Amino acid sequence: MTTTAAIDAVGLVKTFGQLRAVDGIDLEVGQGEIFGVLGPNGAGKTTALKMLATLLPIEAGQARIFGVDVAREPHRIRQLIGITGQYASVDEDLTATENLWLFGRLQGLRSADVRAAAKRLLAQFGLQDAADKPIAQFSGGMRRRLDLAASLITRPPLIFLDEPTTGLDPRTRGQMWDTIRELVADGCTVLLTTQYLDEADQLAGRIAVIDRGRKVAEGTPDELKDSVGNSTLQVQLAPDADAGLARQLVRRVTGAEPVLTPGSGRMNVPLRTADLAADVLIGFRQAGIAIISVNVAKPTLDEVFFALTGHGAEDGADLSRHTAEFALEVQ
Amino acid sequence: MSTVTVSPAAPAGRVRLPAIDPAAAVARTRPRSSLIETVSQVLVMAWRALKKMRRNPEQFFDVTIQPLLFTAMFAYIFGGAISGNVASYLPLLIPGIVAQTVLTTCMATGVQLREDMEKGVFDRFKALPVARIAPLAGPMVADLVRYLIAAGLTFAMGAIIGYRPGGGVLGVLGAIALAIFTGWSLAWIFTWIGTIARNARTVQGMSMLILFPLTFLSNAFVPVSTLPGWLAAFVKVNPVSHLVSATRDLANNATITSEVGWTLLCCLAVIMIFAPLSVRSYRRHL
Repeated sequence: MTTTAAIDAVGLVKTFGQLRAVDGIDLEVGQGEIFGVLGPNGAGKTTALKMLATLLPIEAGQARIFGVDVAREPHRIRQLIGITGQYASVDEDLTATENLWLFGRLQGLRSADVRAAAKRLLAQFGLQDAADKPIAQFSGGMRRRLDLAASLITRPPLIFLDEPTTGLDPRTRGQMWDTIRELVADGCTVLLTTQYLDEADQLAGRIAVIDRGRKVAEGTPDELKDSVGNSTLQVQLAPDADAGLARQLVRRVTGAEPVLTPGSGRMNVPLRTADLAADVLIGFRQAGIAIISVNVAKPTLDEVFFALTGHGAEDGADLSRHTAEFALEVQ
Repeated sequence: MSTVTVSPAAPAGRVRLPAIDPAAAVARTRPRSSLIETVSQVLVMAWRALKKMRRNPEQFFDVTIQPLLFTAMFAYIFGGAISGNVASYLPLLIPGIVAQTVLTTCMATGVQLREDMEKGVFDRFKALPVARIAPLAGPMVADLVRYLIAAGLTFAMGAIIGYRPGGGVLGVLGAIALAIFTGWSLAWIFTWIGTIARNARTVQGMSMLILFPLTFLSNAFVPVSTLPGWLAAFVKVNPVSHLVSATRDLANNATITSEVGWTLLCCLAVIMIFAPLSVRSYRRHL
């Protein structure tokens, strides 16, 4: 028996005036996978996801979800997917239970079934104590969890998560990750967009990197990180240190080309393994190269981007103040 | 295999359901909502709107304060001037106020829909396998309660001031039923405005522009015979005049006249035109 792909999209295109927001993206997601779509704000992640979720018309290309054509049978697609966006889309005037009742009944579940499902989901998401409180009193994390619960009430086989943890504190974020893993254990397929490399790394089996509406890379998290080195050694050389010598030394020890910020004595060294940091520093000491500070950082999305596209995430189309924010997050 | 595993990390009482089977889910899908499903979705949306009304009682101001205030105000200010005294003005006035309040109430339908559409929850409605008419028609069904309150209170206030409808209980009930149906039908116009306008304030402005001439350039408050010829000509074709006359015939004489027929005809025309327009324009928001 061959299994149909959960998502099979070819050459998706969506333009907004002059801007080609999605410019020929192919995606193939197998059943039971967590597939990450990684990219900065404005890269076209959300637009692509909205097209797959029938919220935006597909201009060119074709998409199938479990073999059902998205453009031709949107009503069928809506019965197969759950979608949770960046902004909680639940009803502020209703309680948590009432929200789940609303969405369950709208999708034709029987009253008793909705009640049972709501109880189960609220317990699963740690919301049982808030079940009868109006959403207006909910924290951001609680809203997000309720939002996801609302997407799960009919147990759809495919869940779209659009930046599920943007704006959440680290603890709530960890809880969200656990929840997403449980979904897959239940037999769900998950497509998630994120601007955090570590999130894609933690969750996704495969990642597509999107930039300016195009897919620039696809692979497992390890493959992706290998393209930039696993982490980066950041060294501040002393003012009188010989930068040229330092560079040669780094090349010899790590086999990789360091990135020097001209004039400031700052050097970034991509590392395949963290051990290499020690080798580089010992080499500096033996060669008499003085340093002021050292820092080992995991690769940032910026670096992945630079490695893949030759330009930083911040000069992508319509990018933003968030760049600084996610660089911080990843480190 | 996954049906029997209970993860030790799972919180106590966590129920493991059978694994999701995509092939079965695909087999269960239907190409569109059936009529029965659509009706049920509309009713669920109406339930939501009723819940919201109960939580935001200020939404009832227009249907409670306005009938009480306007009835008393108009009766005592214009009663003497138009009909000689308050008591003889009431049979003319009360049906007029009923029509006016019901119209104002349906204006609120459009404004509230617009406000609602700007909220996050509408994003979810769009992604659900739900008939596109349900989010529009649901609140309108719930609004039947508001029309009932508006029409009922106006008659009650009239009775307190001294209105004794000649049509008796049945006549008044008939008048209320007609007013409710008219309000519901005309609300489609404002629903449509709600779906095309940029924001709730625009809806309010546009609706006022339509409502004021319609209600005041009618026979709601004054006999047509007192108007200049050109105005009388407009007033006679104004659908609101038909509603007012029909309400008068029902409440005061318990007779079903051609005015009732004209009113119902206007209502049907409005629904046939504006319901499809609203759904079409709502789809475009997707």
